[in-house]
Amino acid sequence: MREINYRDALKEAMAEEMRRDPRVFVMGEEVGYYQGAYKVTRGLLEEFGPERVVDTPIAEAGFAGVGVGAAMTGLRPVIEFMTWNFSLVAFDQIVNNAAKMYQMSAGQYRVPIVFRGPNASARQVGAQHSHCVAPFYTNVPGLIVAYPSTPRDAKGLLKTAIRDDNPVVFLEGETLYGVKGEVPEEGADETIPFGQARIAREGTSVTVVTWGRPLHVVLDVAKKLAAEGIECEVIDPRTLRPLDHGTIVQSVKKTNRCVVVHEHWEYGGPGAEIVDRVQRDAFDFLDAPVLRATNLDVPMPYAAHLEQEVIVGPARVEDAIRKVLYL
Amino acid sequence: MKDELLPLFRKMHLIRRLEEEAARAYVQGKIGGFLHLYIGQEAIAVGTEAAIRKSDFVVTTYRDHGFALVRGTEPKSVMAELFGKDTGCSRGLGGSMHMFDAKNNFMGGHGIVGGHVALCTGAAFRSKYLKTNDVALAFFGEGATNIGGFHEGLSLAGLWKLPAVFVCENNLYSMGTPTERTMPAKDLTDKAPGYGMARDRFEGQDVLEVKKRIGAAVERARAGEGPTLIEIITYRFRGHSMSDPGKYRTAEEVEERKRMGDPVRIARDKLAAAGMKEEELAAIEADVEKEVQDAIKFADESAPATMQSMNDFVLAPSTGTPSTGTVA
Repeated sequence: MREINYRDALKEAMAEEMRRDPRVFVMGEEVGYYQGAYKVTRGLLEEFGPERVVDTPIAEAGFAGVGVGAAMTGLRPVIEFMTWNFSLVAFDQIVNNAAKMYQMSAGQYRVPIVFRGPNASARQVGAQHSHCVAPFYTNVPGLIVAYPSTPRDAKGLLKTAIRDDNPVVFLEGETLYGVKGEVPEEGADETIPFGQARIAREGTSVTVVTWGRPLHVVLDVAKKLAAEGIECEVIDPRTLRPLDHGTIVQSVKKTNRCVVVHEHWEYGGPGAEIVDRVQRDAFDFLDAPVLRATNLDVPMPYAAHLEQEVIVGPARVEDAIRKVLYL
Repeated sequence: MKDELLPLFRKMHLIRRLEEEAARAYVQGKIGGFLHLYIGQEAIAVGTEAAIRKSDFVVTTYRDHGFALVRGTEPKSVMAELFGKDTGCSRGLGGSMHMFDAKNNFMGGHGIVGGHVALCTGAAFRSKYLKTNDVALAFFGEGATNIGGFHEGLSLAGLWKLPAVFVCENNLYSMGTPTERTMPAKDLTDKAPGYGMARDRFEGQDVLEVKKRIGAAVERARAGEGPTLIEIITYRFRGHSMSDPGKYRTAEEVEERKRMGDPVRIARDKLAAAGMKEEELAAIEADVEKEVQDAIKFADESAPATMQSMNDFVLAPSTGTPSTGTVA
């Protein structure tokens, strides 16, 4: 299979869906003439024109709301946030309008919209530009939250998201855009269903649940630990809402140990949700408390060495795995 | 004039009576939560509907019963929604503030001040995108004109010259605070040039005047000449909601407004002056009364909202999530 990067996988998903369905359009800051702040929309303006690749002013609440209104009346918008940090000024549109419309109208109005963009920390961009927003949005019934970790999942999940009739919060790892991986040929039309986890690595010693950038950290740690005979089973949920807790629980019943690794703050969020479901559904199978390796519970500092302390890295992952194995 | 005004008078009277009965039902404990009545502002919804097409889109605030009724939602369905019944227009899930009627292009009542303004811009964007000539209209109070959602919704509509009409129903009080303590501009439409759009400003107690002035803005939008910001000066005769003790204005002020500017009575007087007999008007009112009483009876007797709806209407079925809900 050919290899492409995560960025181009996302671009292909949008281009293919725009070719398939004339109601699909892309809207956001710098998505057209500038070719995307992170170049995810590169080439779309040339192929689809400014009517379907719509540059906006800096007005997240405005264009997120325009997207919801357009979705209610029959279009299928893909709204790009330059980063998810900026979605916080559009929180009302996502939470109160996109997520609630189907319920408030008792099914009369659907909101088939995708909000997408880079999420979580990059490099030294400080407290306001380093949010992982997953805990904010996964808490809301009425939203789907997808978080692809590989190019193949990025493309397949984005195509599913665009075709879905519900609002999808599509979180892309800000540091994953250059990551390469195998993706089926252009036009192969692979879609990846929501709520289906992927076993990224099979193992018998411990189940490690992780997604986004930390997945790649965990896979490196798993490779290293394999030399000692510790076989990690690494599970990538791919969507955090709905959450495929069946695959996770099944794995824990096999390994009897579980570590959850994520780059949102430790307090609450999908990380804590997974721990809760494991203790409920695999209680009798657990040989150790479920542990988490997470970002530290502080606003992101600027200084490089401090930032590296905050972001969950291989040392904390390895430490947690050894702890649940009592090593 | 008579033929034009008569159905509008009837519709205004229907809103008035339905709202009065809703207030009564609220006191009786049949309606919970917030209840924001449209009494005093009826000419705006009714005049608007008379000026637009069914294919045009309307979105409004939590003070939404009037717009639901003019767009075509049955009075029974409105009252049942207030009563939290399964037969309500939002199956009892929405309540007073969240009435929707997709088949009549009523995009709902919305509870976050200013949050719905950009939805109108989105519907207008859709018209331009699909090259239809449907117009989208947003209604909001003057209190909404100070929040970001208003600004961004208008700014994008003006930038893209979308077929939208933004209507401020200035009822002089943002909940309990008079406009002079909330609005830096004396004339809200002074903001229109900044958004690159046309403007209009008028009193909204005469339904035919509302129809004419809204109609002019709608026709501009339909002709591709871009959006308009309209400020309609009006007055609500009741409190902001049912829980409003009304200490911020005098009883004399309210009485004076009712005496001078009751839109239902203005229309009735005009019809009488145009030669309609008292019996004819009374017959129409009796007819409306039957409709209202039928609505109450229907709401009273309807089955309550169901757990099934509550669970079904979270996600649309395309996710594979089981749903038996009906979908427009």
